[in-house]
Amino acid sequence: MSVPTEPRTAGAVAGNGTAGAGAPAPHGTSATADATGPRQLHLQLWRGDADGGGFVDYEVPALEGEVVLDVVHRIQAEHAPDLAVRWNCKAGKCGSCSAEINGKPRLMCMTRMSTLDTSQTITVSPMRAFPVMRDLVTDVSYNFVVAARIPPFTPGPPEPDGTYRMAQVDVDRGQEMRKCIECFLCQNVCHVIRDHEDNKPHYAGPRFFARLAELEMHPLDTLDRRRLVSEQLGLGLCNITKCCTEVCPEGIHITDNAIIPLKERVVDARYDPVAWLGRKLLRRPRPAPASAVAVDLPVARGAHDPTIDGRSDPAVLGRNGRRSDG
Amino acid sequence: MTVVEESPRQDIPGVPVRIGQARGGPPRSQVLRRDNWRLQPILVAAGLLVFIGYSTWAALRNGDFYAGHLGRDYLSPYYSPCLTHSCTTAGYVWGGWSWWRISPAWLILVFPGAFRTTCYYYRKSYYRSFWLSPPACAVADAGSTNPGGVRSRYTGETLFPLILQNVHRFTWYFAVIFAGILTWDAIAAFRFPNGIGLGVGTLLFVAQAVLIWAYTLGCHACRHLCGGGLKRLSKAPVRHFFWKHVSTPLNHHHQLFAWCSLISIMVTDLYVWLVASGTIHDPRII
Amino acid sequence: MAELETHEFDVIIVGAGGAGLRAAIEAQATGARTAVVCKSLLGKAHTVMAEGGVAAALGNVWPEDNWQVHFRDTMRGGKMLNNWRMAQLHAQEAPARVLELEAWGALFDRTPDGRILQRDFGGHRYARLAHVGDRTGLELLRTVQQRSVGLGVQVFMECKIVSLVLDGSGAVAGAVGLWRETGKFVLFKARSIVLASGGVGKTWKFTSNSWESTGDGHALALWAGADLIDMECVQFHPTGMVWPPSARGILVTEGVRGDGGVLRNAEGRRFMFDYIPAFYAKETADSIEEADQWYDNKRDFRRPPELLPRDEVARSINAEVKAGRGSPHGGVFLDIASRRSADDIRRRLPSMYHQFKELADVDITADPMEVGPTCHYIMGGVRVDADTQATNVPGLFAAGEVAGGMHGSNRLGGNSLSDLLVFGRRAGQYAAEHALGLSAQPAVDLAGVDAVVADALSFFDHDGGENPYSVHQDLQDTMQSLVGIVRTESELVEADRRLGDLEARAAKVGVEGHRQFNPGWHLALDLRSMLAVARCTTLGAIERKESRGGHTRDDFPAADPDHFGKVNMVTRRADGAVTVHEEPLPQMPPELQALFEEAH
Ligand SMILES: Cc1cc2nc3c(=O)[nH]c(=O)nc-3n(C[C@H](O)[C@H](O)[C@H](O)COP(=O)(O)OP(=O)(O)OC[C@H]3O[C@@H](n4cnc5c(N)ncnc54)[C@H](O)[C@@H]3O)c2cc1C
Ligand code: SF4
Ligand code: SF4
Ligand code: FES
Ligand code: FES
Repeated sequence: MSVPTEPRTAGAVAGNGTAGAGAPAPHGTSATADATGPRQLHLQLWRGDADGGGFVDYEVPALEGEVVLDVVHRIQAEHAPDLAVRWNCKAGKCGSCSAEINGKPRLMCMTRMSTLDTSQTITVSPMRAFPVMRDLVTDVSYNFVVAARIPPFTPGPPEPDGTYRMAQVDVDRGQEMRKCIECFLCQNVCHVIRDHEDNKPHYAGPRFFARLAELEMHPLDTLDRRRLVSEQLGLGLCNITKCCTEVCPEGIHITDNAIIPLKERVVDARYDPVAWLGRKLLRRPRPAPASAVAVDLPVARGAHDPTIDGRSDPAVLGRNGRRSDG
Repeated sequence: MTVVEESPRQDIPGVPVRIGQARGGPPRSQVLRRDNWRLQPILVAAGLLVFIGYSTWAALRNGDFYAGHLGRDYLSPYYSPCLTHSCTTAGYVWGGWSWWRISPAWLILVFPGAFRTTCYYYRKSYYRSFWLSPPACAVADAGSTNPGGVRSRYTGETLFPLILQNVHRFTWYFAVIFAGILTWDAIAAFRFPNGIGLGVGTLLFVAQAVLIWAYTLGCHACRHLCGGGLKRLSKAPVRHFFWKHVSTPLNHHHQLFAWCSLISIMVTDLYVWLVASGTIHDPRII
Repeated sequence: MAELETHEFDVIIVGAGGAGLRAAIEAQATGARTAVVCKSLLGKAHTVMAEGGVAAALGNVWPEDNWQVHFRDTMRGGKMLNNWRMAQLHAQEAPARVLELEAWGALFDRTPDGRILQRDFGGHRYARLAHVGDRTGLELLRTVQQRSVGLGVQVFMECKIVSLVLDGSGAVAGAVGLWRETGKFVLFKARSIVLASGGVGKTWKFTSNSWESTGDGHALALWAGADLIDMECVQFHPTGMVWPPSARGILVTEGVRGDGGVLRNAEGRRFMFDYIPAFYAKETADSIEEADQWYDNKRDFRRPPELLPRDEVARSINAEVKAGRGSPHGGVFLDIASRRSADDIRRRLPSMYHQFKELADVDITADPMEVGPTCHYIMGGVRVDADTQATNVPGLFAAGEVAGGMHGSNRLGGNSLSDLLVFGRRAGQYAAEHALGLSAQPAVDLAGVDAVVADALSFFDHDGGENPYSVHQDLQDTMQSLVGIVRTESELVEADRRLGDLEARAAKVGVEGHRQFNPGWHLALDLRSMLAVARCTTLGAIERKESRGGHTRDDFPAADPDHFGKVNMVTRRADGAVTVHEEPLPQMPPELQALFEEAH
């Protein structure tokens, strides 16, 4: 492992091999300068991979109006070109830059330095619930596997003119869930899998409870996923301790507006004799119960997917993709 | 229960994920949070313990819970509805169980007790504060960093006894009855020997009733019943109205009302005790 | 060379944005074995950032709206440089594509009678943009993502295509990818390839685009021998954030203006009234009173000049700032606080509210925003057949932002998302048909593949080579200052010269460390694409000696309808060098021509 376990202060090493002679500081406009020159920021970034690593110290001057991701980028450009960090939009819209800042799961691009206590060292570490790929980048493929297990949206027939009608009040609840940017911070903080990894195979996690709630509340959907969510996707494992809601950068009330309503729906389907009797007596038509989609391999996969080898024959790839040759 | 099946884990293929391997990152037992994350669980635990302690004392007291003999129709919430003979003078129709020997509070407490124990908010609070699962967000569950230890496995609310949390909505039905009774008590608190009046105690009773309703109607089970369980709220205007204007807004402050109503119960009982035992005199305002 | 991981498919789609996933859905449904390869995780593509809406003449708010009006708006917005057939197909098919999203689970905002609500945007005659608050792109991408996952489309994530592979006849045979995580290479054998790799914004310094927008698709096409057209037409969105520096460039949606926001200079003047071009004078309000009434009565009043097409607004802001009437940080003020109630603002523009609060500590319900132009979109791109999206390389297709022609010299807001859907679908369909029509998988020359791999790895051998980050910065500075909103011959020629230097430096940059998830290395590879794009844009800009839409020349301030208005600038690579030449624009049939002569 080429990973230093001893903290080293990269920023202090003058002329660090790759710092690039005269590389201009990005956005070098307005350093907050005091009498002694620009204030220094002290950061500890976790570096390494699944097999080991440790925090490495960096020191960079403070600039005005920056977010944590900017500082990480500056460290990358000036001191550590091989520092792995995942990001896309830098505007809090894509949910790529999830990490733990001072131990709290957050988006790096939406955490302003001015909200942190910069007189102390700031730690940035990778999400803990997922295996580290490299430095701050984790392998979040679990989430994509779970996503593929959810029975897709299945609408009823459209109106005679071929369109669908839905009232705004009926889509409001679903729209809240659809604000999700799939940052997976909620999955990361959820102790059910963060602290008890053995639950992963049978647990959808808050992000996907929100998705399932959205489908269950969708005015057009016709499937019934209630048994599925309790029997196979582990809704009962959630003990509604609300950490997912606390970390969601989109402010989705995951616990109150998705998980608990789902739990109540599950009670309707499984534990409520009154509702059961009502169904028997009134013979209400019931939506078709959905079963989990069987996935023989993840639909979306990354480089070190365990199932990737020997699967290059496309015959086994598609789930229900039709093949041209029948 | 009707349709509970065996362990939900059988015969179900798990999702293909790799587990049980090194995950990397800082050691899992290391807490990187800088803020005072212990404070909240400690405060909550302290609050709950105070309530449990107080309630035990109040229930064991089995006396001085009714101030009728001093011209105040004040009945402690721990003893309401009035089951034993002592309140009959105040026109409680259901009272007079002279055969009942121990404190009637125990009988009564079962219902609100079950309601609060299975309440989604209180579940959160005691899972965090007492069971430390998790003690705070991004802090490891107690025992989880000790593989193979007693608490290394976690089953949430899937097994007995915690699977019983699913009865919450039935406890809510009773809670509505109890909220009605406490409302009756609040009305009774306006009754003074020479007609209608208002004492300090009356105000406490009214506050208690309001807070209990705010808590009860903000319950998630109520919200589900009001319309949360529907796919198309627009097709059920009455339920939609209640969902949108009553249970959802109250639900947003459910935690607040959970605490306020809890405190108001203790305060009301304490006040009734002080008055009934003659320790203080209830000032009449009107 | 060690055994290379190899996968074989009928259709490979490069890019998992709206265009790529829509293509994948169609290809899979057509019966082709389909896979999507994308540089980042599934669902993170740049499309998530789109805010305002997707333009489609559904006629839900204005029954008068129809495809002819949409077509006309698009062509006029593009200053008639559009490929008319693409604009026609786009206007005709967009409504069906949007409705289809609804059948896949999308939840658009609703009208009172339960249909899809539409909003106003610059350059669109009627309220036409189906939207979800200000996160329409997210909704669109999530919907096609969930749909393609439901169909079982295979997705290879965090894998960058570094080169296309052609067979002996010059037709597509596959592509070489780089797993970003492991640093290993992978060969995708394919009968058709659809490029859907998005834009080029990262070539400029101030941009609304994400890091992925490095023009990879443009470069891959160019290197494979495909033609690019009108690469000089780059859209600078008028309203990007200008403060704080780290947020500079992040987009402020046009929806702010559609919902009542107005632009003011430092003197508080609504300066857009001073910049109404003759071309739009007929339909633009010329007094504040009239403009303000338009929000409530769109039928009887003309629209405010803040809602002119983007190129006009961006140029006007630029001129105000140059004239010294800008805001403290070099932008102008976008004011909605004084015009709408705080509740209204928070409800209609939630993510803008959030964005300014979080990033700039500005409460947009109380204070104006500071905004200025930011590089946003490239109208130019790979030349494709309008109906099939096929390029001139057999088996190679392109759709979405990477394809050129649809938007002419300037794109109207909302027309991109509909473009992704309409042409994504067409690309998917025709790519699948092409693939299924081939009798055998095209042959891949493995030696060529090895050469690609060796070349990509060569950066590790450049010991002590320059840091790729500094080359990237210099490239961005060059493009920003010399090939920005307003251009002149001398600066463009200087840019062309500097690009030569930068190319030489980029070829020699060194990469430190290991192959696993090494961003320095990835940047070194991306730099090649960005330089290729920069070159094409610069060459096109030198040759187009007129001002039109997203291309403004100080030395030729007027449009030249008789010559340059009738030609595409075609860039192509031959014998290692990129050249540019003019080719005549396809001509509209008379019945469509007639739409522009009618009075309105
Ligand atoms: C802030 C913002 C707001 C916008 N708002 C609107 C709006 O309101 N309405 C509207 O119509 N348009 C809007 N646009 C424009 C529109 O979002 C984009 O033009 C459109 O999303 C482009 O989509 P795409 O599918 O072509 O590519 P993208 O969504 O950019 O996706 C590109 C894909 O290609 C992949 N890729 C790139 N290179 C490679 C490679 N070498 N190998 C493998 N994969 C690769 C990427 O990983 C990514 O998945 C907006 C744009 C921005 C930036
Ligand atoms: S509320 Fe449930 S899903 Fe959310 S973090 Fe807690 S246990 Fe996990
Ligand atoms: S629900 Fe919130 S925290 Fe969870 S993935 Fe979505 S945006 Fe992130
Ligand atoms: S980079 Fe997109 S959310 Fe942070
Ligand atoms: S009482 Fe708290 S959720 Fe029901």
